[in-house]
Amino acid sequence: MTSGIRFDGVTVRYGDTTVLDALTLTVEPGEVMALLGPSGSGKTTALRTVAGFVTPSAGRVHIGDRDVTDLPPYKRGIGMVVQQYALFPHLRVDENVAFGLKARKHPRAEIPGRVAEALEMTGMGAYARRHPRELSGGQQQRVAIARALAIRPDVLLLDEPLSALDAQLRSGMLAELARLHRELPDVSILYVTHDQVEALTLADRISVMDRARLQDCGTPQELYRRPRTAFTASFVGNANLLPVRVGPDGVDLAGTALKVPVGDAAPGAAATLCVRPHLIGLGEGPNALRGRIAEVQWRGATHRLYVDVDGHRVKADVRELRDTPPLGSEVTLHFAPEDAVLLAAGVNDG
Amino acid sequence: MASAQATAPPVVTAVRPHRSRTVPAWVWALPPVAVLGLVFLYPLGLVVQESLAPGAYAEVLASASFRDALVTTVWLAVGATVGCLVLGFVLALIVAFVPFPGAKAVSRFIDVFLSFPSFLITLALLFVYGTVGMANGLWTGATGADAVSDGPFHFLTTPWGVLLAEITYFTPFVMRPLLAAFSQLDTAQLEVASSLGARPARIVRRVILPEVLPALAAGGSLVLVMCLNEFGIVLFTGAKGVTTLPMLVYSQAILESDYAAACVVAVVNVALSVGLYAVYRVVSRRAGA
Ligand SMILES: Nc1ncnc2c1ncn2[C@@H]1O[C@H](COP(=O)(O)OP(=O)(O)OP(=O)(O)O)[C@@H](O)[C@H]1O
Ligand SMILES: [Mg+2]
Repeated sequence: MTSGIRFDGVTVRYGDTTVLDALTLTVEPGEVMALLGPSGSGKTTALRTVAGFVTPSAGRVHIGDRDVTDLPPYKRGIGMVVQQYALFPHLRVDENVAFGLKARKHPRAEIPGRVAEALEMTGMGAYARRHPRELSGGQQQRVAIARALAIRPDVLLLDEPLSALDAQLRSGMLAELARLHRELPDVSILYVTHDQVEALTLADRISVMDRARLQDCGTPQELYRRPRTAFTASFVGNANLLPVRVGPDGVDLAGTALKVPVGDAAPGAAATLCVRPHLIGLGEGPNALRGRIAEVQWRGATHRLYVDVDGHRVKADVRELRDTPPLGSEVTLHFAPEDAVLLAAGVNDG
Repeated sequence: MASAQATAPPVVTAVRPHRSRTVPAWVWALPPVAVLGLVFLYPLGLVVQESLAPGAYAEVLASASFRDALVTTVWLAVGATVGCLVLGFVLALIVAFVPFPGAKAVSRFIDVFLSFPSFLITLALLFVYGTVGMANGLWTGATGADAVSDGPFHFLTTPWGVLLAEITYFTPFVMRPLLAAFSQLDTAQLEVASSLGARPARIVRRVILPEVLPALAAGGSLVLVMCLNEFGIVLFTGAKGVTTLPMLVYSQAILESDYAAACVVAVVNVALSVGLYAVYRVVSRRAGA
């Protein structure tokens, strides 16, 4: 039995402010969908309409072929994991995991087996008799995940589940979550995050949200390589967005002719050129951009250069430099034509 | 690494107080101990001494009036405490979790209520349910009976009247710590419980109740001790048959000038309060461990 999630024009308003604007989105059965967006963009609100803690002002929410919009949370059969774990402090780990099974009147004899299975799956089998306060943050989050999985939900909602963990633990847990999903291929997962790495690593598809609206939706590759909007391009992968004018077989950036695929863009139209910082090289090459170094940041394996090119600041990530160029010195950057994407709408450069 | 971190901090905290403090610690303890001794322990000692008059204990403990008062005191206090716990928990749940306009005002009013003297609520109940109160007035008005005092409401002068008054007055003392505990609850826990399939009743029983148990115990023990020592409510309901230990102290000392007997009753009353408080501390420490 599998079932996805379907948002059908879901709108949430508080007074005059719309915090979720006509969200229409389908999470396929067994799919991991990341909701990615900056703080306050409405991601948590969208997730809470699925869980039943926010009632939409308009629109319907479906789980599988059930319209759950008017169902109370306890009738929805959903697993939920939140940022701060929310384990029950007075219950032992195994009792926490058994909570949902007992609440749903699961046959008593089967509960210990299901609890053990869920704890094994998250690697917490050895901690069954501890209390939450005797666990580290990462262990607590594993228990929270086990608790959500124990009821074998069709739909798993994760709201920034890794945000409270440190960077190293986070990448470990990310791999764990990916493994869990391979073991449970039928569970649909809605994964809310503001971290693009988590979204790119884990998700089958990513929905990018901004200011209460769904901006873009696609596979990580699509969003990364061929973003459809300037917001997606800059939020996912922090791309350079340069205002250009479309020419016959390329674009014009403040007088510099650049060779890029223009697709069906009309010559003479204003457009936005999107190039990822790590696809820009230092030195002469095709599509050369000359400018002055405004800032240099050392990031371990790479150097991030900020170069002012004709009044536009261009970000370039280059392999660690042995001699960093002095500020204000003139440099040349280049990028391959196929690494650039042309977006239709004009934007201010960022 | 772990062991070095674990042992380092205590060394620092153990050294510092000795260096910075030049006056021995017991000097600081002197003033509070002196005040405590003067205003509390000394009079208490006098009461105990007075109660040790020859034959006083034997006489009082053997008297039927004392034993009646002891039984009445304990069952009233226990009954009122149970009533306050149940009513206070339910009301606090509603105030904290059921969104209704004015919930904030209600919870603020509880603070004000705590400052009311206990006889005030009793007086109010007298006006409503008393022999010549509003309820009887409405009854006689409706039935055309001759005198207001012929109405059906006479329970206020029975032990049940005292119980009602004590529950009415002391319930906010349970609600206050409960509301504080409710506001500390992690709402995410309640939501996760709900998404796991728990209905509101189960969430109250399995999540909320266990987490606010210390607050409930604190409020309950406070109410129990206050009920054991309550005087104003019993006096003001004018319940003839209801003699509690504080009432007995009053009647022995003031009405019969039998100070030895009064002091014996007072000592028993104090021992009862302290004993129950000690039991509470032991139980709550067990529960907390
Ligand atoms: N109960 C509420 N009443 C009024 N406004 C609310 C309420 N809940 C959320 N909002 C507003 O809705 C907007 C979206 O909130 P939401 O929690 O969905 O953001 P988010 O995308 O999850 O952000 P974050 O990454 O910071 O968690 C915010 O501007 C927030 O202030
Ligand atoms: Mg959020």
